[in-house]
Amino acid sequence: MTKPIADELTRTRLEDGAESDPVAHDAKRGKVAKPKRKRTVTDEKILEVKDLHVTFSTYGGTVQAVRGVTFDLYKGETLAIVGESGCGKSVTSNAIMGLIQQPPGKITSKGVHFKSKDLTKLSKKEMRKIQGVDISMIFQDPMTALNPTLTIGEQLTEGVKQHKNLSGAEAKKRAIEMLNLVGIPNPEERLKQYPHQFSGGMRQRIVIAIALICEPELLIADEPTTALDVTIQAQILDLFEEIQAKTGVSIILITHDLGVVAKIADRIAVMYAGKVVETGTKREIFYTANHPYTKGLLNSVPRLDLKEEELVPIDGTPPDLFSPPQGCPFAPRCPFAMEVCAHVYPEPTHLSATQKVDCWLQDERAKKLIEDGAFAH
Amino acid sequence: MGRYILKRFLMMLMTIFIIATLTFFLMHAVPGSPLETERTTNETIQANLEKFYKLDQPLYIQYFDYMKSLATFDFGPSIKDPNRTVNELLERGFPISFELGIITIIIAVLSGVLLGILAALRHNKLLDYGAMAFAVIGISIPNFVMATLLIQQLAVTWDIFPPATWKSPMHMVLPVLALATGPMAIIARLTRSSMLEVLTQDYIKMARAKGIKPVRIVFRHALRNAMMPVVTIMGTLLAGILTGTFVIEKIFAIPGMGKYFVDSINNRDYPVIMGTTVFYSAFLIFMLFLVDIVYGILDPRIKLHKKEGDV
Repeated sequence: MTKPIADELTRTRLEDGAESDPVAHDAKRGKVAKPKRKRTVTDEKILEVKDLHVTFSTYGGTVQAVRGVTFDLYKGETLAIVGESGCGKSVTSNAIMGLIQQPPGKITSKGVHFKSKDLTKLSKKEMRKIQGVDISMIFQDPMTALNPTLTIGEQLTEGVKQHKNLSGAEAKKRAIEMLNLVGIPNPEERLKQYPHQFSGGMRQRIVIAIALICEPELLIADEPTTALDVTIQAQILDLFEEIQAKTGVSIILITHDLGVVAKIADRIAVMYAGKVVETGTKREIFYTANHPYTKGLLNSVPRLDLKEEELVPIDGTPPDLFSPPQGCPFAPRCPFAMEVCAHVYPEPTHLSATQKVDCWLQDERAKKLIEDGAFAH
Repeated sequence: MGRYILKRFLMMLMTIFIIATLTFFLMHAVPGSPLETERTTNETIQANLEKFYKLDQPLYIQYFDYMKSLATFDFGPSIKDPNRTVNELLERGFPISFELGIITIIIAVLSGVLLGILAALRHNKLLDYGAMAFAVIGISIPNFVMATLLIQQLAVTWDIFPPATWKSPMHMVLPVLALATGPMAIIARLTRSSMLEVLTQDYIKMARAKGIKPVRIVFRHALRNAMMPVVTIMGTLLAGILTGTFVIEKIFAIPGMGKYFVDSINNRDYPVIMGTTVFYSAFLIFMLFLVDIVYGILDPRIKLHKKEGDV
């Protein structure tokens, strides 16, 4: 696909608006979600991750799980990190959250700045003052994320009691507020119950309530809807939007579900083999994706507007992160791979103020090749 | 809950009944009788004695008579020591045996769990290896060997603790140590492995992400979940400690119940055999019942009873 045609396609799709917008169409369920979304994304950077590397030493060798991830997060926005299993998205979030056990893990970076603090330089004790207070995390599987032997009330209140020095009664009041916020009926009675007395969707609401009880500024959601069925997924995503509108929290959403991304993300970072290969706003990624991997990812999602089109899987498998390739990790699977791709990792190309892509196809010399018809197949 | 306890109680009675019956017939199947001695006794006296103790009756009559007196908690008189009833022996011996057993259990559980936690938290470090080496030694050495070693070193050579009898806390140290080492080692190993497993669970990761203090994570979040396997083997350990007390009491000359139990079997003192066996089994069954209750307290998912409308 050459660039001008891609642009053309984009324009027509954008003009068609919501009706043929595959993304918005897919996301709409029952209620119209748009009007209640009165969020304000500001220019204030809340999180700056620079060249983050995470490796794990194992008996089989060293896994380079994250290999130089750089991204910024602004106050009040939702950044989705997408990519297939094992691409390092969860490890990235765990590293930010301070949940990597060292050893066997090892984190190196040019700084992971949350507001003014470099999270990688904090002691465990200093980190605990941030965990759950300024940065909270929501886990993938609500069935295992709650302690089966403690009441919901205790799991909700222990954080505020420790961090904000609230008394038992104050903490309980706060917990009831939170359960109301996440939509759990009869909060007062529910506090005395144990996790096994709740359904999966309810438990995820409780996990969210626990994450939000100290009013964090950053919420990291690691595949928060993967373990839930589709109707509950939609409810939980609505809840995220509602909470963001109310509290102005910034969200990092880790997912491999592009439907989820389309619904609530502002910006998207696409990860592959431990690297962020492309970042951009939601529109940019969905309509003017430039990295062959992003395109492949989008082509492998079913679309409602194009009936004839078959799903195109990406051939091959991701590289072995015990010995990652020296060039672009996607090169062996890339239909446009050139000689250089196998040897040198491309420098990022800024396509707009918000879109950035790591691909040799953006190089002037490659563009010339495209014009000459080198990829005419 | 009430219904559950009632049900369990009836089952316990049933178990005791079966144990009593089995013991009764096994005991009579063993050759010899309480009245046999090395001296030759006058045949008339022998016959009179048998008549007095109703040993001349057919076995089934003896059985029914015994069961009747058992139902009234009357274990009858000792044949070898006619001045005492079995009830008196139990009253005198049991408190001492109970003291020895209960102190042993408390020491074994507390130190075993603590050692297990420390080993798990220092996984694959020196402390872990040290604790586990110690545990293997503890499991491998039988308590009677341990007892003799302790007496030799701490009582005879170094003269720190008294070597025998049961009078003061100082007297208790060696027998308790000898009896507790094995169970403690088993509990330590079990706590370590289940603690290691629990510490990798999502809810522990979540507690960390909440910034909860490590002490609270270990004791409030992890320990309760990690204790389940330990509670499970408590039943077996209790039985082990119970039989261990027989040996330990003998070695340390502790006037507990174990002495009567062992002697009665050698002497074929039928009422004492029956009395001590039934009493010990009743006690063990009751302890197992307590273990089951502890299960329900530790893990709210385990329900001992079903309420109407529960999900």
